[in-house]
Amino acid sequence: MTLALRTSTRSRRRGVVGFLYTLPALVLVTVFFLVPLALLIWMSLHRWPLLGKPIWVGLANYLAIGGDGTFGQSLLFTAVYTVIITPILFLLGFGLAMLVKEQRRGAGVFRTVYFMPYVIGFASSAYLWLWLIDPSVGPIDKLLTDLGITGQPFGWTDTPTGALFAVIMSVVWKVVGFTMLLLMSGMQSVPGDVQEAAKVDGAGRFASLWHVMLPLLRRNIALVLVFSVVGSMLAFEQFYILTAGGPGNRTLTIVYWIYNSSFANFQLGYGAAMSVVLLVMLMLISGVQLYLLRDRSE
Amino acid sequence: MAIVLSRSKPAPHRAAAADSYRIRDVMPRWAWWVVCSLVAALFLFPLAMLVLTVLKSPAEANASPPAYLPHGISWGNFGRLGAAGSGVLHYIGNTALVSAGTTVGTVIVSTLAGYGFARFRFPGRSALFAVILATLMVPFQALLTPLYMVMQFLHLQNSLLGLTLVYVTFQLPLSVFLMRNSFAQIPTELEDAAAIDGCGSFAALRRVMLAVVRPGLVTVALFAFFASWNEFLAALVLLSDDSRYTLPVFLTTLVTGKLGAIEWGVLEAGVLVTMVPCVVIFLLLQRYYVKGLIAGAVH
Repeated sequence: MTLALRTSTRSRRRGVVGFLYTLPALVLVTVFFLVPLALLIWMSLHRWPLLGKPIWVGLANYLAIGGDGTFGQSLLFTAVYTVIITPILFLLGFGLAMLVKEQRRGAGVFRTVYFMPYVIGFASSAYLWLWLIDPSVGPIDKLLTDLGITGQPFGWTDTPTGALFAVIMSVVWKVVGFTMLLLMSGMQSVPGDVQEAAKVDGAGRFASLWHVMLPLLRRNIALVLVFSVVGSMLAFEQFYILTAGGPGNRTLTIVYWIYNSSFANFQLGYGAAMSVVLLVMLMLISGVQLYLLRDRSE
Repeated sequence: MAIVLSRSKPAPHRAAAADSYRIRDVMPRWAWWVVCSLVAALFLFPLAMLVLTVLKSPAEANASPPAYLPHGISWGNFGRLGAAGSGVLHYIGNTALVSAGTTVGTVIVSTLAGYGFARFRFPGRSALFAVILATLMVPFQALLTPLYMVMQFLHLQNSLLGLTLVYVTFQLPLSVFLMRNSFAQIPTELEDAAAIDGCGSFAALRRVMLAVVRPGLVTVALFAFFASWNEFLAALVLLSDDSRYTLPVFLTTLVTGKLGAIEWGVLEAGVLVTMVPCVVIFLLLQRYYVKGLIAGAVH
C-alpha cells in the first residue's frame, strides 16, 4: 500500500518533470504561434489600421476579398506560377536524380554541385539573379548575344512573360537540387530484386520505370509535389526582389499582395483576412495532394 | 534513409538497388561525364561570374556590356560594401548574433522538449506534441501581421532578440521531432545505469544522453543556422531600424542606395558575403545536413 502510493507519487513527480522539460518549447509556441494564430482570426474581423483604434466589421474584410481585383489577379498569377514550376522542378529533379543516383566515380561531386545552390538563401539568390539578368551589366544577356542566340539584350523584366521566366530560371537553379535529393533517396531505397523481377517478366525499360519505379516512389513524389506547390503558393522573395511585382502588378503573388496591403497600405485587418483565406487554401491543397498520392499499399 | 551527397560508400544491400535503370547501361561512361559536366557548368556559371565580377574594380563591375574576366584583381567593391550603411561588418554582426541565438536557443529548447516527450509520460503529452508539430502546417508568412502586433505588445518589435525568438519558434516543430526520435532510439538501460550511479534526470541528460544524440543535435543546429542566416520576409517586416538589419535585408538597402543607380559590384559583393558562410558550412557538414533534410522530409 505504502509502496504503491510511493510509486504513484514518484511517477506523478516524474510526469511533472517531463512536462517541465517541454515547457520552454510550449511557451514559445504559445506566444509566437498560437496567440498570433488566434489574433490573426480576430484581426481579420476588424478594420485594423496601424495606428488608431480597431473597429469591428464582422465579415466585411472577407466579403471585400471577392471584389478585390488585385487579389484575384495575384491568386491567378500564383496559381499559374505554381502550375508551371511544379512539373519543371519535378522533371528536372527526376532527370538529375537518375543521372547521379549510382555510386560511381564523380557522382558525389556532381551531386554536391547540383545541390549547393539550395543552401544559398532566397534573398541572396534573388539578388544574384537580379544582376545576372540585367540587360546592361548582366552576364546572361552578354553570353546569349555572344553565342548568337539573341541579337540584343533581352530586357527580362520588361514583359510579364520575361519576368516570370527569369524568376523560374532562378528558382529552378536554387531548389532543383532539393527535388533531386528527395527523389534520389527514394530511388536508392527501391529494392533491386523488385526491379529484377520486372526485368525477368519481360518489362522494357520504360514499362518498368512506369509500372515499377514510379509507384514505389509514390511517397517521395508526393513530398516533392507538396513542397513545390506549398513553396510556390508562398512565393515572395523572388518576386519582391527580381520583378517588384511588375510590370504593372502582373507578377504579384498572394503573399506579396498581403504584404503590400498590411505593411504598405496599412490595412492590417484586410491583410489578416487574406492570410486566413491563404491558410485554408494551403491546407486544402496539401490535404488533397496527400490523399491523391497516399501510399495505397499501407 | 542514410544517403549523403559525397564520400558515400555503397551499402551492400543498396548497391543492387535501381539495377534495371542503371545509367551506365544507357549511357557510355564518357557521355555521362560530358552530360554531368555540362549541367554542372550551368549550375556553377552564376557563382563563377559572381566571384569574377566582385573582384573587378567598381567601375569595371558597372561597365556595360560586361567583360567576363576582370582586368586585375581589385578589392574596391568590398571597400565600398564596408562603408555602406552602418558598414557591412555591423550587419554581419547582427546576422551572426541572430543566427547564433537561434541556433543555441533551438538546440537547447528542442533538446529539452525532445527528451521530455521521448522519456516521460504525462497527461496531454501527445496532444502537446501535436500542437508543436502543427506549427509546420501554418507557414509563418501568413502570421506576419499578428506577429507584428504581438511584438509591439511585448516591446520586442525592431529588436534582434524578438526576431531570434520568432526564428526559434518556427524551427521547433522539425527540431523537436528530430530530437524526440533521437532520444527514443536510446535504450533505457543507459538511463537506468546513470540513475543507479545517482544521476537525476537532468544529470543523466547532460552527462550521458547528450553524447549519444550528438548527430541529431548537429542536424538541428545546422537547420537553425541556415534558416536564420537567410531569412528575409520576417526580418523585413519586424525590423524597422537600419542599424538592426540582418544581411538579407541590408542587401535591399544597397539596391535603393542613396546614389540613385545600383552599384552592381557592391551589391554582388554583399551577396557573396551573405552566401559564403552557408556554402562553407554546407561543404564541411553536408553529411549531417543531408541526412537531416531527408529524415525531416520523410517522416
